[in-house]
Amino acid sequence: MSDEFPPSAGPIPPGGFTRRRFLQGVGVVLGGAATLPGARAGAAEGGAGTPAVLGPDAVPVRFTLNGKATTVEVEPRVTLLDTLRHRLDLTGAKRVCDRGACGACTVQLDGLPVNSCMVLAVDVEERTVNTIESLAQGDKLHPVQAAFVDHDALQCGFCTPGMVMAVKCCLDRNPKPSVEDVRHAVSGNLCRCGTYPRVFAAALDAARRLGKGG
Amino acid sequence: MERKEKLKLGFPGAEKAVEVTIPDGEPRPWDLDSKLAVVGTAVPRADGPAKVTGRAKYTYDVNLPGMLYGRILRCPFAHARIRKLDASAAERLPGVKAVVLRMKEGDEPKFQGEEVAALAATTDEIAGDAVRMIKVEWEKLPFVVTLEQAMKPDAPRVHKDRGNVRPAGRPTKRGDVEAGFQDALDSGGAVVEATYTTPVQTHSALETHGHVARWEGDQLTVWASTQATFGVREQLSRHFNLRANQVHVITHYMGGGFGAKFGAGPEGVLCCELARKAGAPVKLMLDRKEEHLAVGNRPSSVQELKLGAKKDGTITAISAKSHGSPGIGRGAGCNNTELFEFPNVDKEELDVAVNAGEARAMRAPGRPQGIFALESIADELAEKLGLDPLEFHQKNDRHAVRLAEYELGAAKIGWERRNKVAGAGAGPRKRGLGMAGSYWPVAGGPPQSAAAVQVVIHKDGSVDVRNGCQDIGTGTRTLMSVVTAEELGLPSSHVTPWLGETTDPVGPASGGSTTAPTLAPAVRAAAWRAKQKLFEVAAKELTCEPGELETADGTIRVQGQPTKALAWKKACGLMEGDQVAATGERVPNFGRPFVEQVGGAQFAEVEVDVETGVIRVLKVVAVHDCGRVVNKLTAESQVVGGVIGGIAFALHEERLLDAHTGHMVNPNLEYYKIAGSLDMPEIVPIMFDVANGHNNVGLRGLGEPTIVPTAAAIANAVHNAIGARVRDLPMTPDRVLQALASAPRREGR
Repeated sequence: MSDEFPPSAGPIPPGGFTRRRFLQGVGVVLGGAATLPGARAGAAEGGAGTPAVLGPDAVPVRFTLNGKATTVEVEPRVTLLDTLRHRLDLTGAKRVCDRGACGACTVQLDGLPVNSCMVLAVDVEERTVNTIESLAQGDKLHPVQAAFVDHDALQCGFCTPGMVMAVKCCLDRNPKPSVEDVRHAVSGNLCRCGTYPRVFAAALDAARRLGKGG
Repeated sequence: MERKEKLKLGFPGAEKAVEVTIPDGEPRPWDLDSKLAVVGTAVPRADGPAKVTGRAKYTYDVNLPGMLYGRILRCPFAHARIRKLDASAAERLPGVKAVVLRMKEGDEPKFQGEEVAALAATTDEIAGDAVRMIKVEWEKLPFVVTLEQAMKPDAPRVHKDRGNVRPAGRPTKRGDVEAGFQDALDSGGAVVEATYTTPVQTHSALETHGHVARWEGDQLTVWASTQATFGVREQLSRHFNLRANQVHVITHYMGGGFGAKFGAGPEGVLCCELARKAGAPVKLMLDRKEEHLAVGNRPSSVQELKLGAKKDGTITAISAKSHGSPGIGRGAGCNNTELFEFPNVDKEELDVAVNAGEARAMRAPGRPQGIFALESIADELAEKLGLDPLEFHQKNDRHAVRLAEYELGAAKIGWERRNKVAGAGAGPRKRGLGMAGSYWPVAGGPPQSAAAVQVVIHKDGSVDVRNGCQDIGTGTRTLMSVVTAEELGLPSSHVTPWLGETTDPVGPASGGSTTAPTLAPAVRAAAWRAKQKLFEVAAKELTCEPGELETADGTIRVQGQPTKALAWKKACGLMEGDQVAATGERVPNFGRPFVEQVGGAQFAEVEVDVETGVIRVLKVVAVHDCGRVVNKLTAESQVVGGVIGGIAFALHEERLLDAHTGHMVNPNLEYYKIAGSLDMPEIVPIMFDVANGHNNVGLRGLGEPTIVPTAAAIANAVHNAIGARVRDLPMTPDRVLQALASAPRREGR
């Protein structure tokens, strides 16, 4: 079996549960505001555990994005995915189902794969986000990416950034996965063209390449 | 000037000498004797790096300065009348820049999801808020969403001017089916009758339908997620009364279509109208729910089949009566009288209108459902006659390539392992094998599809190949590179492909598996003509006649004298101007190809848990032909993809409409189930190369035939495993258990 999401993967991050449904339902029209525990709460209120009131207007969010300190102003109801795509022009992560069913928006949050459509941007305050855009160094592809190309593990390519990120996150924590591990690692990523067997082959090949130092 | 050429066509073991007439300006078609260096090898996609890095910009990814976000207000009911429509509050919301009403008070939308109005705002979130502020007072009207509801004599009418039931196509009547069935029985043969059903399936491309529209005066630029750049241009230029060259459609990348994306659609027109009204670019992409509701689906089918064969298995007659629902659209017919020779045929099919989004062509329209029913009843009949299904196919199929494919596939899956008695294996997880044939008739090229391709050879040796069509994910860019490279004696990576802009020469819509067979011969003609121009330059340097030259291994050389050669770059450097360029047009196919149809054969092995009813597909061997295989890697990807689509059709997918509310209950990707990684069997794609000779490359299409036989092969394997027949798709566990409960019990089981 796979070791996806092991309990020992790290401390539960601040705001580690998703309040997206609630927050999105509270639109500006209704004059909603949101409360938020965790890191931001401490900063805003000066008292640990006291919820801060955010929004409905845009608030600054500071986080590390692809290795760079980044600040972006977003309404508290905006997802990380839409923040990346609409505010930061990082369009590699795709919006397909917008409810955590397809994995096309997969990014790495503090080392773990997450559906960025299920994370609010305000919840990544002081955290680390890596997107598909961070993998290749110029024209040099990451071994996972190179393996995807060589094995033709893509067709239309719309699921591909999410698939690549899911495989990359899997290999980060499990350098020698079995094909069953890979199946489970990408079981949250849907592909309509039908590339799964080639994704498995690419992932296993990428593990070999990474094992040899890329 | 036309000329005649003798070609060696077919495949090893079935070669045939054929004389064809070649139009002027066309290279000799590749045949069995052609020695090819790049064509037929496995070439990774030219745009692979762009796609794996996230740098490929799809329509959904286009962000323009000052761009607005569009949203559509849709009818929430299956059938309703608009009593009042008031968008003033939405218009007043800060950030809203344009509102367009598509319907007015008194109008009656006919399905859940029909477009009522659209608006554009500075952010996606404001657009979402604003669309909820459009006030509509609805009067709900009677509706029908199931076949049963729609076919009642007093059913509410979907279309005011006609009844809900009408012919889906012209009936086929050939010979005398009753005499044929009698003939079967008289010879000691058998006649079987059964009804098979298939559900409505939605295309569910990952990138939803959508556009980005920008007006500059009367010049309209549209990024479109489409399978037909030129089709979108035609629709928009007609709608806005513009010349063709005032509309520039761009589709550099698109995230899947499967038949649902041939025009701009109402959503594309609304996007352009909003952009014009707002005086700013607008992006309008549908969300997942809209995608399920409003922009196409594969119609359902209920197929009542009757098939008779003599004792030796020779088919005598088929009767096929079917009906299905294309929603408010047309085209619920299905192809259930193909593959085999049928001396007597009686086929009728009906469209049954319901209050739901229209059907559109979906990967091999009519065939996965038709072949599921036909191959299921063929399997039932073979069993009744005590014949092996493989033998039954060999008896009744006349397609030379498919017959060879049956043999190859059967050997590859180990057909001899099939249960001699269905359901005979040990439980509770029982294994079985099944097979089915495929069929695809469309050839590509004129008169249906046109293409012109430009090849440019630059003085520095670089090469461009250009066409305005789109790549829906099949690898069209790579195909263009491979064919050009072959003709010029270069590696494919040396050739840069350009596509997806209607400012380039015309190209085909990606439908009917015609993109590759329409485009590739035009690519080759263009490359061949550009090469002749370069030969004139090189001939002076090599002091020979241009006709004596050939290209190979990155050189231009005198045929038979490999040392009398110029390196490619050096030869190009000798040209007087900056480039030589040539255009190749797709000419009509010459004469008759070796085979008139694309075939294909699939063999499935399944494991069925008779306690839970869960089916697991263990292995699919898929043998397919498409004439000349241009790129082995991407061709095999098409086969793998088709099989996976077929597995989802067989086991998972179904659009569910609530009979009481008229609502779709699973308009998402968690309850509308497509196949995922955990559902994957081992898939063995095998390309069966055939020299077809009907155009200069000799290829046919491949995308569609690969999905046709999968569900049938799985259904037959399920029967072989458990001895009970599931005649309804998707074959969900409850249906498997029902089939088991109602199957006659055999001795010793």
